Amino acid sequence: MSDSPATAVQFLDARGERVSSAASERFSEYADEVTVELLQSFYRDMLVTRRFDEAAAALQRQGQLALWVPSVGQEGGQVGAARATKRQDWIFPAYRELVMARVRGVDPLQLIDMLRGNTHGTWDWQSTHFHQYTLVIGAQSLHGTGFAMGLALDGKASTGNRETDAAVLTCFGDGATSEGATSEAFVFATSYQAPVVFFCQNNGWAISVPTSTQTRTPLAVRAAGFGLDSVRIDGNDAIAGYAVTRALLDKARVGDGPGFIESMTYRIGAHTSSDDPTKYRSSDEVDEWGARDPITRVRLRLEAESVDDEFFADVDAEAADTAADLRARISQRPLPTAESMFAHVYSEPHPVMAAESEWLRQYEANLAGES
Amino acid sequence: MSTQQLPAQLPIAKAINAGLRAAMADDDKVLLMGEDIGTLGGVFTVTAGLEAEFGERRVFDTPLSEDGIIGSAIGLAMAGFRPVCEIQFDGFIFPGFDQITSQLAKQTNRHVGSMAMPVVIRVPYGGGIGAIEHHQESPEAYFAHTPGLRIVSPSTAHDAYWMIQEAIASNDPVMFFEPKRRYWQKGPVDPSNSGLPLHAARVVREGTQGTLVGHGAMVGVMLQAAELAAADDVSLEVIDLRSISPIDFAPIISSVEKTGRLVVVQEAPSFVSVGSEIAAQVSERAFYSLQAPVIRVGGFDVPFPPAKLEGLHVPDADRVLDAVERSLGY
Ligand SMILES: Cc1ncc(C[n+]2csc(CCOP(=O)(O)OP(=O)(O)O)c2C)c(N)n1
Repeated sequence: MSDSPATAVQFLDARGERVSSAASERFSEYADEVTVELLQSFYRDMLVTRRFDEAAAALQRQGQLALWVPSVGQEGGQVGAARATKRQDWIFPAYRELVMARVRGVDPLQLIDMLRGNTHGTWDWQSTHFHQYTLVIGAQSLHGTGFAMGLALDGKASTGNRETDAAVLTCFGDGATSEGATSEAFVFATSYQAPVVFFCQNNGWAISVPTSTQTRTPLAVRAAGFGLDSVRIDGNDAIAGYAVTRALLDKARVGDGPGFIESMTYRIGAHTSSDDPTKYRSSDEVDEWGARDPITRVRLRLEAESVDDEFFADVDAEAADTAADLRARISQRPLPTAESMFAHVYSEPHPVMAAESEWLRQYEANLAGES
Repeated sequence: MSTQQLPAQLPIAKAINAGLRAAMADDDKVLLMGEDIGTLGGVFTVTAGLEAEFGERRVFDTPLSEDGIIGSAIGLAMAGFRPVCEIQFDGFIFPGFDQITSQLAKQTNRHVGSMAMPVVIRVPYGGGIGAIEHHQESPEAYFAHTPGLRIVSPSTAHDAYWMIQEAIASNDPVMFFEPKRRYWQKGPVDPSNSGLPLHAARVVREGTQGTLVGHGAMVGVMLQAAELAAADDVSLEVIDLRSISPIDFAPIISSVEKTGRLVVVQEAPSFVSVGSEIAAQVSERAFYSLQAPVIRVGGFDVPFPPAKLEGLHVPDADRVLDAVERSLGY
């Protein structure tokens, strides 16, 4: 008898205490893997990312970025889930997975390039195993599923080897669960028993629309109805994120079926830099969630484990350096060239691209000649 | 239709808001639905205040699904309502494409005329706002290719105010493309007189040596080009298409009969575009008046580029004048 998927798994509460419950029992073996050292790495990833996030938001206000999409408040589930992936695993993000990008080794300045309007996406997805952001809500849920189907077809997954089989972690928000593509992904994933785990960050809001408009039943319950191994977690608990994602990825990778994680969290900041959340939600709600901060609780735990000040000072220094590096390098990012518009529309030569690129070159040259 | 008190000058976004308010006050079957249109009033504030005024029963936030929005709007229309759907950005209309092209556009024909489909789909469209991918597209040609849909795009506050009301009053599905980069461009609105029918094109500047035709945000670009040309003693006529399907060819043909030259301007890629259709029909209908081939100025045939390159991609007055020069060179 398993618990209802609606009971959230938690291993670290808001005060930094290690806790367990009937719902968490199934995952305790994985939670035990979280040594003090690993927890320190979670802390580092979260804090460095938060400072980077804040610096980027400030740069957006100064006109250095077209848009900024903050992850503040959502770092806990993200770091746990990303650290739970093995080297051979793949992540299909939505667009708010800043901590996951760091964990997979994405150069943050390349992520910035996209939000600065220099490119539509450039980071090296092949080596980081972290795919480009997908801005059309829900679309990537099917891509992650198909990719997982491909891994199985190729013998890179579903062979029964927990160490070497690969799996896919596909991310989206609560709003995205209303798009047809997301339900279709659940159907395909279960139909083919694809090695994929869906990681849904339920942060309470889809821009101004509360989760209650998207669903009247917990999303974890809905997903279970599709036949997914479905678990709700405290999304501000990095250890729960780690343990549950590990368990479900391991199950999926060997071919024992796909999973779904509803990570209960909160978007502390605006939806994006274009949004004013005071128009639709109360500051009480924000404060309430602020008190459940994912970084604070890990820090409290680490302090209780007698981690010394030197460690915290070192993380602060890295965070400051990363933010300073962003500020220093942002205005030096290479601008896209005119011909780059035509260079990658097709993989193979295309007569229209050649003609239009040449036309624009001459046109620009003529304009320059005239002035 | 009821006349409201309006300020002397209104931005286009507020003119649409006022038009929606008038339509809702006139007919309680009119509903507004979409993502973030209620409490937030839409990401461009076009529906601001309407939920408070008309209630959540008539102005409502939907779950995040364009397919769901359009599909359920079809059902609501079958039940006698007149839904006005907001699609948040041009590039997000495609999850609803099947419902629009296979269902919305075909219901009346499928029901052998026994079923009207008074659904309006509002789409903020076009570039020029420095946005990230999918927030700056001009997808109107996909829909213009589909029989059964009416497609319009206002370029002034006055037209925005009236055309949204006329679109809602239509018993056919109307796709209402809003030039988002002009949302804050102000203009006068005469709330007592619409001026022109929904599907009429308008000559917005008279001229003798060449004709420019286009819609939406390109109307401003064409007017700027005409102004620059006038400084060089070249007299250009400018036509605001207003309606993309059907196209009002009469003023275009008479203009070409006068000027002998036509340049079609659009943000969308030129290949298989609204401009292509105009070029083809004008060649068929006014061949002996043309002194030069019809020239299209459009976006390149590429996915809309990153913001830093959009100035090269979206036609500006220089690109229009370059085409005018080529036309005059024949
Ligand atoms: C198909 C589509 N429709 C609409 C949008 C506009 N949009 C961007 S983010 C968003 C809300 C997404 O909410 P959720 O999935 O909960 O993720 P969150 O942003 O909260 O992380 C909307 C409506 C979009 N990007 N794609």
